[in-house]
Amino acid sequence: MNTEIIGILAMFLITLLLALPLGKYIARVYDGQRTFLDPVLGPLERLFFRISGVDPAESWSWQKNLVALLVINLVWFLLGMFILMNMAWLPLNPDHNPSQGAHLAFNTTISFLVNCNLQHYSGESGVSYLGQLYLMFLQFTTAATGMVGAVLLFRALRKGTHKTFGNFFSDYLKTCTRILLPLSLIMGIMLLFSGTPMTMEGKQQTIGLRGDTMQVSTGPVAAFVPIKHLGTNGGGFFGTNSAHPLENPGYGSNMIEMVAQMLIPFAMVFAFGIFIRRKRMAWVIFGVMTLGFLALAIPNTYMEAKGNPAIAHMGIDNSLGNMEGKEVRLGAAAAGYWSIATTVISTGSINSMHDSHMPLSGMNELLAMMINCFYGGCGVGILNYFIFIILAVFISGLMVGRTPEFLGKKIEAREMKIAMIIALLHPLLILAGTALATAFPQYTSGTLNNPGFHGFSEILYEYTSSAANNGSGFEGLGDNTPWWNITTGFVLILGRYLPIIGPVAIAGILGGKKYIPESAGTLQTDTPTFGFMTLAVIAIVAALAFFPALTLGPIAECFSSK
Amino acid sequence: MKQFLWPSIKLTLLSLVLLSGLYTLILLGFARLTPGKGKGEMIEWKGKTYYANIGQSFTDDRYFWSRPSAVGYNAAGSGGSNKGPNNPEFLQTVKDRIDTFLVHNPGINRAQIPVDMVTASGSGLDPNISLQAARVQASRIARLRGIPEASLVALIDKQTEKPLLGLFGPAKLNVLRLNIALDDLK
Repeated sequence: MNTEIIGILAMFLITLLLALPLGKYIARVYDGQRTFLDPVLGPLERLFFRISGVDPAESWSWQKNLVALLVINLVWFLLGMFILMNMAWLPLNPDHNPSQGAHLAFNTTISFLVNCNLQHYSGESGVSYLGQLYLMFLQFTTAATGMVGAVLLFRALRKGTHKTFGNFFSDYLKTCTRILLPLSLIMGIMLLFSGTPMTMEGKQQTIGLRGDTMQVSTGPVAAFVPIKHLGTNGGGFFGTNSAHPLENPGYGSNMIEMVAQMLIPFAMVFAFGIFIRRKRMAWVIFGVMTLGFLALAIPNTYMEAKGNPAIAHMGIDNSLGNMEGKEVRLGAAAAGYWSIATTVISTGSINSMHDSHMPLSGMNELLAMMINCFYGGCGVGILNYFIFIILAVFISGLMVGRTPEFLGKKIEAREMKIAMIIALLHPLLILAGTALATAFPQYTSGTLNNPGFHGFSEILYEYTSSAANNGSGFEGLGDNTPWWNITTGFVLILGRYLPIIGPVAIAGILGGKKYIPESAGTLQTDTPTFGFMTLAVIAIVAALAFFPALTLGPIAECFSSK
Repeated sequence: MKQFLWPSIKLTLLSLVLLSGLYTLILLGFARLTPGKGKGEMIEWKGKTYYANIGQSFTDDRYFWSRPSAVGYNAAGSGGSNKGPNNPEFLQTVKDRIDTFLVHNPGINRAQIPVDMVTASGSGLDPNISLQAARVQASRIARLRGIPEASLVALIDKQTEKPLLGLFGPAKLNVLRLNIALDDLK
């Protein structure tokens, strides 16, 4: 078997092997049990709580938790706008990069705040190191926000009746100190020794071998990249993200970054099973997610490794695959695999240019983001999947003529309404955004980089990536214009907070209901049959809603190619 | 809402110190321990230092060419062409590159040109080329430099970077290292 395929298998298996113990650890952290980091971090956390006036032992209702989440996010937003719009005179700006204008700063701050990292600027020239360090901070906090959202769900779904679900500030800080920070440090050190730079000096002047003067952008990359992946953020330090040879210097660093981005989404599923004491259910969920992931990842790996038929027709040696927009050290197969990993979870980092992928690879990337719950982003993946579980429970309940119940709680009209609104919000944001952008070609057609169907795909990809809080792009799109910055900015906000509020609200309501012990008449929700049912609901609700749009873009492009 | 505002602000500032400050400083400290002192992997040759991982433009026929680049190997930025696979303009560019390659490498046939030599990388700074890309250039360089092709083939073999641990990922060559070794050959 060839080494490119072995590399991919290894990346998947290593992630799984690391995620099992990590899931156990995460469950312990959120359960308030002792962990080995207590002696170091306990005093630090207590100090932080004392200064900020937070009582970590207080436990709040789900509404109160959500308000706290929104308030601290607002603080992060305002601080971000201030820093990005004033970088020019603030410290840590060795390259004298300019401040961002209002609409670009709005888009940048929002997109980092919501775990999307759309990046309508290039890191080399668009932000100072102070800006980068603040954006790095947001990559920690936004991942923590998503994970705490998921933990509210974990607590609500535990056996029994619950009125309070922990304390947002306490969970937020513990997520940062006990999970994200230690993992980032380990990974940062590994990246340093793989050749990733870490310096506060500005652009380096060097001479090329042929005597030409070169400027090389550098910076605190080894700090930025770990949390970009561990937090499923995907915001690149450099413009070309993990395709850049300093951000991803070799196949080894590529493996580290790939494992890191899928690690917490995997582990959260296992943590869920341990936390609610239903490991079997976690495995069923993981099985469905993996099935969906493989159904997208295998074709992409194959199509990218097989190469572009239009180039094969020119009679050259096409055996390396579709190499336009790809790096030789990583290879086409690893790029195809990455393209799905980064889109099923909400990372959005890239190690090759998705705009230059084969049409149907592009379609699979779009589908991955449209579904947005095969593993999914840090924490939010489980929240998205939960919506589909609720829908599947309801539909199955109707089919067999029983009251829909999930984990001993009745699912009633109010929960169903919220679930439907959230399930339909995602297609609405994507399709309405795309429709608007095509209805006003005076603002958008000039920004496209490719003619015909592929140009339409660029628009569709941009809104899909925004609504899914993914952040990858068909980067040919000239997206730093008021139109793109503002419209995607709003899609980003709606696509982030409503899909956190909705599932948490459902879970909160369910948590407060009376617990009905299981009986022979209860619909089993931890069986492969139910897993398949959920997959069917996902396919019908999520994937089919987008079929007409996909037909106009990638599918038309595939069939019209010579 | 008001009750959360002050805790939010204070917690934000404290987290900033920890996550942007202390975390960065710890990694800056570890960077001192790496061979490149935090600059990344460097190559020293004849008293000069070069970035091992930043590709350079080599278009001189006496050297191994690097891959085409959408940004002309300008490492102050980075970028790919972002052209779609069926974009007529892109396909024309590839055709032109094939023709240019054939003109500069007489004696080889089309089927020997590997696709990485006629397509641009994602970063525009790709430091590597494939084995095929190095071998197909050997006869041109041997002729222009007046060295036997066999010694160039041996050089390519020696400079080939095997897959990681012999197991993972593609084999490749670093163009800068290869060209330095080429200059050292005499």
